[in-house]
Parts: sequence; structure tokens; C-alpha cells
Amino acid sequence: MFVSLHKNRKAQVLLGLIFGICFGFLLQKGGVTSFSVIEGQLLLTDFTVLKLMLSAVIVGMAGFHLLKHVGYVQSHAASGTLGSNVIGGLIFGIGFALLGYCPGTVAGAAGTGAMDALFGGMVGMLIGAGIFAELYPKLKTSILNRWPFPAVTVPEFLHLNLWVVVVLMEAFMIGFLVFLEHFGL
Amino acid sequence: MFGYLTAALWSPYVAGAGIGVLSCLAFVLSDRPLGCSTAFVKARGLIGTLINREKTEKKEYYREIVPQVDWAFMIIPGIVIGAAISSLLSGQFRLVWVPALWSTTFGPDPVIRLLGALAGGILLGFGSRWAGGCTSGHGINGSIQLSLASIVTACCFFAGGIGMALFMFRVIA
Repeated sequence: MFVSLHKNRKAQVLLGLIFGICFGFLLQKGGVTSFSVIEGQLLLTDFTVLKLMLSAVIVGMAGFHLLKHVGYVQSHAASGTLGSNVIGGLIFGIGFALLGYCPGTVAGAAGTGAMDALFGGMVGMLIGAGIFAELYPKLKTSILNRWPFPAVTVPEFLHLNLWVVVVLMEAFMIGFLVFLEHFGL
Repeated sequence: MFGYLTAALWSPYVAGAGIGVLSCLAFVLSDRPLGCSTAFVKARGLIGTLINREKTEKKEYYREIVPQVDWAFMIIPGIVIGAAISSLLSGQFRLVWVPALWSTTFGPDPVIRLLGALAGGILLGFGSRWAGGCTSGHGINGSIQLSLASIVTACCFFAGGIGMALFMFRVIA
């Protein structure tokens, strides 16, 4: 679907901007461009971030797999490794807590006037990305490809039917949100 | 309808569901996962190109993630604009140098906060590229696709983040 639109570079630049604007709007309205909300999540005292993320995944997972079933979208899931995903994820986590924003919400916070996000976080992101680009050839051969995961997707990993996994995951995520609300978190 | 736009906050469930729909639209219309950290590589590469084009173009990473103004690049300026519109509509837009929670814990000095944010940003930029994505790319859009690597990565974001936040606010503070 929409292959000619995907290949239209000018239209895609405009679409990127529009997607970004909608995303930034929703992040701010959802409350997650706030330093205290993000730190509250990491301190396990405010679950706004998880509520927003899980709601997005609940809706997106159902939508994505139905759209894929009718051929409107294709999967971009890539194989991963412990060396890349786990180590990178933990480094990210340390920065996440120190900064109090993630790469998307740091831009959103800057949009709400948070100067620490603009001049600290976003400038830091550029520097961090530059350091990674510098080290990439060495990291690629030494650690990024180490310890590959046994499967690309969860259904492949569990040897279960895709729709069984979708239903189980949806039920688990909805159950978790009900649990949070039940305990007033 | 207008009341909705000027509201200070929406339920995180409503905003999250909206992001879920947006993610699906990004796959349909742009054939891409809605991620944020790639834009910072592209922006950093573009700055490098301005300083020394030849040296930047030779780097392996910038041959894989080409520094150019494209869909992935535009997400970040878009987010800044979208969040600005949202906060201006609700009257929440404020120029702030030190977040209140930081100030009560680590003091109101903006230089210390700026240095902390810079260090955090560097780790975030470095870590997101090491892991190949961020909270939206892996956390939301990878999970949507049931990517094993993305779900593991998202758990590590929070494991590292919770550990570091507890250390910052409960141990040293």
C-alpha cells in the first residue's frame, strides 16, 4: 500500500514533520514531557509513563497486526543481541534517569520551555550520537553483534501462533493497567 | 472540542491510545516505526558535514544512517513544535532552567543542572544508538511489532533508569 507515497521524499519530509507535531502534542498532553513525571516513574511513585506507553502498545499492537494481516503495513522487527540491546539499554537507562527525559520527551520538554532539556539534554544527545558514530566500527566488530537473540519476534521465540501471542500480550497489558488502577497507582 | 485542546492534561490512557493510532499511521503512510533517536544521529552528521564533509562522509555509521533532512530527521523539530503548541494552548509554557524536583533535591544552581542534563543527554544519545533505538522506537513501536529485541531493550531502559533514579534520589540525595 502507498508505495508511491513512501518513495515521495518531499511528501515524507512533510509527513515526518506532521507526525512529529502530533507526537509532541500527545506527549505533552499526556504529561510525560515533565521532569517530575518521568523521575516519578523511575522512582516507582508515578505510573503515568507506563500507563501512556502501555496504552500506545495496546492500541498499536492490535492495529499493526490487523493492518499487516490485510497487507497495509510490513514488519520492521529486526534481530537483536545481548551485546547491543541489553548493554545499550542499560547505558540509556542511566542517562534517562540523570537527564529526566528520553530522546522524544527531551524534545517535547524543550518545546514547553524547559531550557535544561534544550541546552543540556538535546546538545548532549548530539554529542552522545557523535561519540557512538566515532566508536561504531570498533564496537560493531567487538560487542554489538555478540550473543544474538534466538528469534526475531516473540511468537517465533515461544513457538506460538501470532494471534495467540497478541491476545495474551494484550490481556497481560490490560491486566497490568487494571492492577495499577486497583491499587491507586 | 476546544476545551479538550486547552486542557492542561489528558488522561495518559487517551494520549497513549492516540500515540498508538499515530504509530499505526506512520507504518501505513511512511512505512517506518515512529522513533526519535535516529534524528539526533542525522543532525549530528549534518553538523559534521558542515565542519568537514569528507571526514564525516567517510564514517561508517553515517553511511548507514545518512545525515539528511528526511522523515526521521523531521520528527524532532515536529515534537518541539507540537509540545510547544500544546503547552501554549493550555498556558503551561514556561521558560525553566531547573526543574522543581531537581531543585529541591540537588539545589537551584542552573549550572549544576545543565551539567547533569548534558551528561545524561550524552549517555542517552550514546546508549540509544548502542541499543539501536529509544523509548518510542523500541519501547512502543518495537513492542507493537512483538520484536523480542525491542521488548528486552525496553525492560533494560527501565531497569537502568530505575536503578540510577533510586541511586540519585534515595541514596546520594
